[in-house]
Amino acid sequence: MFQHDRLSNEITLFQKIKNLDYILLISVILLSVLSVFVMYSTDGGEILFHTKNHFVKLAVFFPLMIFVALFNIKFWHNFSYIIYFIVILLLIYVSFFGIKSSGSQRWMDLYLFVLQPSELMKIAIIMCLAKYFHRIKIENVNSFTSIIIVLSIIIIPIIFVISQPDLGTSILIALSGLIILWLGGMRIKYFIYSFITFLISLPFIISFLKPYQKLRILTFLDPDRDPLGAGYQIIQSKIAIGSGGLNGKGFLKGTQSYLDFLPEKHTDFIFTLFSEEFGFIGSVGLLILYSIIIFRILRIGAISRSNFARLFCFGYAFAIFIYIVVNLSMVLGLLPIVGSPLPIMSYGGSSMLATMIGFGIVLSAKINHKQMIA
Amino acid sequence: MIKSNSGIRKTDVINRRMFIIGAAKVIVFVGIVARLFSLQINENKKYLTLSDKNRIREWKLPPTRGNIVDYFGNVIAGNLKVYQLHIIPEQVENFNYLLVRLKNLLNLSDKRIARINKLKAELKPWDSIIVSENLSWSQFVKINNYLYDLVGIKPVMTISRNYPFNDVYTHVLGYVSQPNEQEILENEIIQERFVPGMKIGKLGLEKRLENHLIGTNAIQRYEVNAYGKRINQLEHQKGEQGSKIRLTVDTEIQKACGKLLNEKAGSISVMDIYTGDIIAMYSSPSYNPNLFLFGISQDEWQLIRNNPLKPLINKTLSGLYSPGSTIKPIVALSALENKVIDTKFKVKCTGKIELYGQTFHCWKEKGHGWVSLKNAMKQSCDTYFYEVARLLGVDRLNITAEKFGLGKKVLGDYFDNEKKGLFPNTKWKKNNLGKGWVLGETLITGIGQGYTQTTPLQLCMMTAQIANGGFAVKPKIIVDSNPISYEDAKQSMESGLLFDTESEELLDKKLFKNQRNIKIVQEAMFASTNERFGTSYKSRIDDPKYQFAGKTGTAQVKRISKRERELDLELEQIPYKDRDHALYVAYGPYVNPRYALSIIVEHGGSGSKAAAPIAKKLFKLIIDRHDLRNKQSNFERITV
Repeated sequence: MFQHDRLSNEITLFQKIKNLDYILLISVILLSVLSVFVMYSTDGGEILFHTKNHFVKLAVFFPLMIFVALFNIKFWHNFSYIIYFIVILLLIYVSFFGIKSSGSQRWMDLYLFVLQPSELMKIAIIMCLAKYFHRIKIENVNSFTSIIIVLSIIIIPIIFVISQPDLGTSILIALSGLIILWLGGMRIKYFIYSFITFLISLPFIISFLKPYQKLRILTFLDPDRDPLGAGYQIIQSKIAIGSGGLNGKGFLKGTQSYLDFLPEKHTDFIFTLFSEEFGFIGSVGLLILYSIIIFRILRIGAISRSNFARLFCFGYAFAIFIYIVVNLSMVLGLLPIVGSPLPIMSYGGSSMLATMIGFGIVLSAKINHKQMIA
Repeated sequence: MIKSNSGIRKTDVINRRMFIIGAAKVIVFVGIVARLFSLQINENKKYLTLSDKNRIREWKLPPTRGNIVDYFGNVIAGNLKVYQLHIIPEQVENFNYLLVRLKNLLNLSDKRIARINKLKAELKPWDSIIVSENLSWSQFVKINNYLYDLVGIKPVMTISRNYPFNDVYTHVLGYVSQPNEQEILENEIIQERFVPGMKIGKLGLEKRLENHLIGTNAIQRYEVNAYGKRINQLEHQKGEQGSKIRLTVDTEIQKACGKLLNEKAGSISVMDIYTGDIIAMYSSPSYNPNLFLFGISQDEWQLIRNNPLKPLINKTLSGLYSPGSTIKPIVALSALENKVIDTKFKVKCTGKIELYGQTFHCWKEKGHGWVSLKNAMKQSCDTYFYEVARLLGVDRLNITAEKFGLGKKVLGDYFDNEKKGLFPNTKWKKNNLGKGWVLGETLITGIGQGYTQTTPLQLCMMTAQIANGGFAVKPKIIVDSNPISYEDAKQSMESGLLFDTESEELLDKKLFKNQRNIKIVQEAMFASTNERFGTSYKSRIDDPKYQFAGKTGTAQVKRISKRERELDLELEQIPYKDRDHALYVAYGPYVNPRYALSIIVEHGGSGSKAAAPIAKKLFKLIIDRHDLRNKQSNFERITV
């Protein structure tokens, strides 16, 4: 066993690079290139602030992804808890000393760029829970202590994130955590019970929501109740997507975005602009690209020998899927507006950093898929 | 191994559960694609429309008014390019500096500057502020010279109403100016086409024909952003100019009228006696309608308003005057028609008659001696007409006078300010003044004093209807869609019938019982102008081509006291306000008459001295232009 370990440790750099998943890599590159072009369009067909910054971030985080991939998956396994705690500490730091912007306190200034630790938590929670379920005996998964521990792991960061306040990210963190619980073998009936409990307690939860969050839900149910106020974003978003048609209005020709009718077009509503300019065909194409990425991550999970890698890949694939679904449902008017970026496409450093780190660990799992972790 | 077993079992659980999730993922993705399909393919049209609604905004531009032309096609109300100066606030670097520069360059008033600042606060930064509506060419050049220094300034060329003959047609055409709120609300067409800066007719034909003249807006479509800022011009849809309106008036004659009445208060009307076309209609003094286009200055307005000759009153239509002796042809006609007198009937004039202790004077103190109708008309003997009126009675006189158009509007509702005038009868007095008619009032009505009030245009029409042989004419100032030519009108009249263009029927328009009576009155009017001792003999023209027949009138504005009568003051010695109005009605040429006119000079003194000489000068021009007018047979068909 020891020897085997040593053997796998001796994989050369060349072999590591050779073992990368190139289909995944190419898909990520394609998505990145696409995102730069879309960002260029949001800047009105000029290379301005957003395009430049987005490109610079890609140029920094893409090599970072490769760098992450070069570490053995065992290394990430070993550091999972520590990373989780570091991110918790960052969340605590932010809740006291964070930068405030438009009513919430979620960011910390790192001189070079502004970090949003809650985005990193999306990855950290998957790592932490993956490690927990990797180590625990299958018999103990549904034990009382185990349930308490995993629920604490999920609830602690959510308390910090929700108090920022940032409902969107906390929902995504919760869902990412819950999927690991599901994959790890938690009993189905627990999920059913808690879902029923959730439904029953929904009115109480709603009563705890902030007024603007309640307004978002009301607006979702009837966007036309205040078309120039709360309903404006969703109405304009639907107009942009709907007017795109089959082929779209053409690159740089999206009138809704070009004429500033779209809100938040760089970040949460980036898909709206994309869909307006590239139409149904383009949108489905983008979904296929995302599907390929998700499928490749699932495949890596499936060939991984260690359950840590498997759980991480499956969990991360699900997380990516959830980000996409929540974002698209929101811009398509299927869900209330919660702030959630579209991976890689949306402008935003922390989200991209987290996503790239996630891809990096997945690629590390691919390189070391034969690696057993005790 | 247990551990390993446990590991394998765990892997199985993970894989199994992964497949369940995987299936769910596919379903969700399919759902999202379905939603995309429904928005982008099924409802594409709806959202495309909404997207266009978002981004396309229309701007209406002021419509171009239709031209008004005279009978010969000369433009008398047209459109002119004007230079305007706009400020676009968002492009201005230093607003205050710019205003100081403009103030110096264009001599803007402090009030104007304050107004610009107010507009700047009210409008969006990309909406232009109009600094000056009408830059002179020199100002325009000056601005263009300093353009490099005046950032945010835009010289703009636009179209404005223009009256090329200035004050010549003011009382006919009126003028245009910015509408007030009420005017916009009252007229649906204006309401629909209104844009700031648009001008509407305020008076005269400009007002009456507003709906024909107004034209349609040009429309510019712009792409705008979410804040309403114009980004691109997409389309320019040209507006249609308003209808062209052709009037019956002759600018040359109208201008001549203006010159003849220069610095006098009064009015001249000229009418075609067969077609009823108004050839000229001038009220003096006039004022320049171009002053109102860009807002008249307070000084200029006060000058017009306070002018003692009252330029704002359209004397031709709203001025009410006693007809004086110009009524005598109607009195004579009425008496003849009612067989009260014949041509042999004579009255002895001693200079005055007494009736119930009241003395009625003839204008000639010494009296005219025995006078017949012809002589009485020729010398305008008042005594004769006192007697005729006494025999005739006011009620029978009233019937004839109203038949000939007195006491009624001449142009119907074409002019808001036209007055009806008044020709009294016993019933009218009873109803309106509550008193019985007195015989003395009949006498003075017989010489055109007393209650009788006529407009100059009524007198003109009255004369025209005597001149054409006693047929009703329908006066008009706009060439209608179905114009009747001079020859046709004359012919149909001579056959005793008149073609009515409105009902398209031949109507009997005879105003007489016996046409011989009309002839007698015509001859008497001829004598008055062309025979020795006639009151307008001095103003006659012997050339048969221009020879005309007429009747002078001198309307007292105030009762003459005994003392004044004895003094027999010269005109200049009487205060202006107390001087008599001078009147003259005439038609010509005497053989084959064509045109009738009426002239009034307010406080001009006697008709023979102040009014008849004007007719002499005018008739030559009118007759000379007849052939030209007749040749103008290419009637443009304009529906109004």
